[in-house]
Amino acid sequence: MSPEEQFQAIVDAEDKIEPSDWMPEGYRQTLIRQIAQHAHSEVIGMQPESNWITRAPTLYRKAILIAKVQDEAGHGLYLYSAAETLGVGRDEMQELLHQGKHKYSSIFNYPTLSWADMGTIGWLVDGAAITNQVMLTRCSYGPYARAMVRICKEESFHQRQGYELLIRLCQGSASQKAMAQDSINRWWWPALMMFGPHDGDSTHTEQSMKWKIKRVTNDDLRQQFVDMTVRQADYLGLEVPDPDLRWNEERGHYDFGDIDWEEFWRVVKGNGPMNRERVAHKVKAWDDGAWVREAAMAHAAKEEARSAA
Amino acid sequence: MTNQITSTAPQGTSPADAGDRITTLLAHADDNMVLAQRLGELISNTAELEIDIALGNKALDHLGVARALYTHAGSTEGEGRTEDDLAMFRTERDYTNLLLVEQPNGDFAHTMVLQLFFDAYQMELWKDLSGSPDLTLGGIAAKALKEATYHLRFSSGWVIRLGDGTEESHHRVQDGVDALWRYTSEMFEGAAEKYRSAWTTSIEAAFVDANLEIPSDPYQRTGGRGGFHTEHLGFLLAEMQWMQRSYPGLQW
Repeated sequence: MSPEEQFQAIVDAEDKIEPSDWMPEGYRQTLIRQIAQHAHSEVIGMQPESNWITRAPTLYRKAILIAKVQDEAGHGLYLYSAAETLGVGRDEMQELLHQGKHKYSSIFNYPTLSWADMGTIGWLVDGAAITNQVMLTRCSYGPYARAMVRICKEESFHQRQGYELLIRLCQGSASQKAMAQDSINRWWWPALMMFGPHDGDSTHTEQSMKWKIKRVTNDDLRQQFVDMTVRQADYLGLEVPDPDLRWNEERGHYDFGDIDWEEFWRVVKGNGPMNRERVAHKVKAWDDGAWVREAAMAHAAKEEARSAA
Repeated sequence: MTNQITSTAPQGTSPADAGDRITTLLAHADDNMVLAQRLGELISNTAELEIDIALGNKALDHLGVARALYTHAGSTEGEGRTEDDLAMFRTERDYTNLLLVEQPNGDFAHTMVLQLFFDAYQMELWKDLSGSPDLTLGGIAAKALKEATYHLRFSSGWVIRLGDGTEESHHRVQDGVDALWRYTSEMFEGAAEKYRSAWTTSIEAAFVDANLEIPSDPYQRTGGRGGFHTEHLGFLLAEMQWMQRSYPGLQW
């Protein structure tokens, strides 16, 4: 068997590929791109939520929000570590993000404009992320699959806390319920966009499915998400902002309207509401911290020299 | 939301004693609340993800202490005020936190110096209060002491790293010391004088390793414990209390 055949045999047998195993260069590059993009999404995703830490309405909610943002930073760390097993450094990946050569999830290019957005991000955004990510716990690449097990547990907790936050608003005053409705109006379509282009327009899906990096197509995942979420919206008493949404008895699924693909591509290409700010924020934190990292390295070097002397 | 901490105030104390105890509990609660709020500003803004996580953790620790102390103060007072009532509906003249903790974060060196001064103070405070006859306070202090121990390890570690690191980091950290030293005496006013000597020993040890100097300017600014603050606190509270003030009486 050629190395290529041996590799595919491991994948087909549902065994894991480990960092020291031979792998096709395309597989390595696809994983680096995907895992780095996932890590960047966790890190950029800290911004829209940390936007509300200082304004959380109660101390209990403030504590939850800080812990959640901290979890996102932790996910970023696991994922950068998983990508590092493929031979690329964290600093290198961050640099590519700063230069706009690496992408992150477009959802974080929308602004958080009310407290209800903290609930909606948990419910819809983390909900969509989980729908995408559960299949990744069975991904053929061992370090990524293992990182995803823990991440999915935490994301599932985040999703429930977001939904619980919205239950509180929807059972509250008219102003609280209006806040929740405004929030779903703004986040519904961007959340559906998180599953990516239609299967026919997705450049990576076919190969990724063969390599068992990906196991379900974009459109199937999106349908799964809509079916689950519409009922949750009903329970909250919130209206889903889609006039074409209706149950299709024959298919056993909800039919729903088409995404505004022009908006989708505009945001992907860097021209969404917050793209510039999100990257600028990240670059500023990194640049402002340069002297801190230099100082830490200089101190470590001096310590080493002193202990050698 | 419900809070797990239940109150066990010592028996047989007079109303005047209770008033003093509430004043003390609120002062310490406010210190932790205001510092948690400041640290909450930093998440996603630091030099490395690990520092974001560490400062988030520190914010959560101080917030946890503030919540426990507010709840205890509320139940000692017995008028049904919750942690959120005490945090969100008192003005800057009612807050009695130390001036040190309300100072803006500044750069990372500035932030770490502030944390070092306060962490070293809280080590002594919690050691002392963990033996309090007020068993609820004693319990809160004993837990907070464990946290203060690693807080101090983190802040003193960074002050030393920055003081010893590069010329730039050394300047920045000395600038932080020069700017914040004036808020240190306030920590030792009244009965808290007993914490000063251990605090000074701890700070001097870090300063030797960090090659830092205590400022020669003897000027000290106080007033926080009496509600006479710097101008920074009003903005911090305006932001923190905005939701409750805009939508009063709702459940979140």
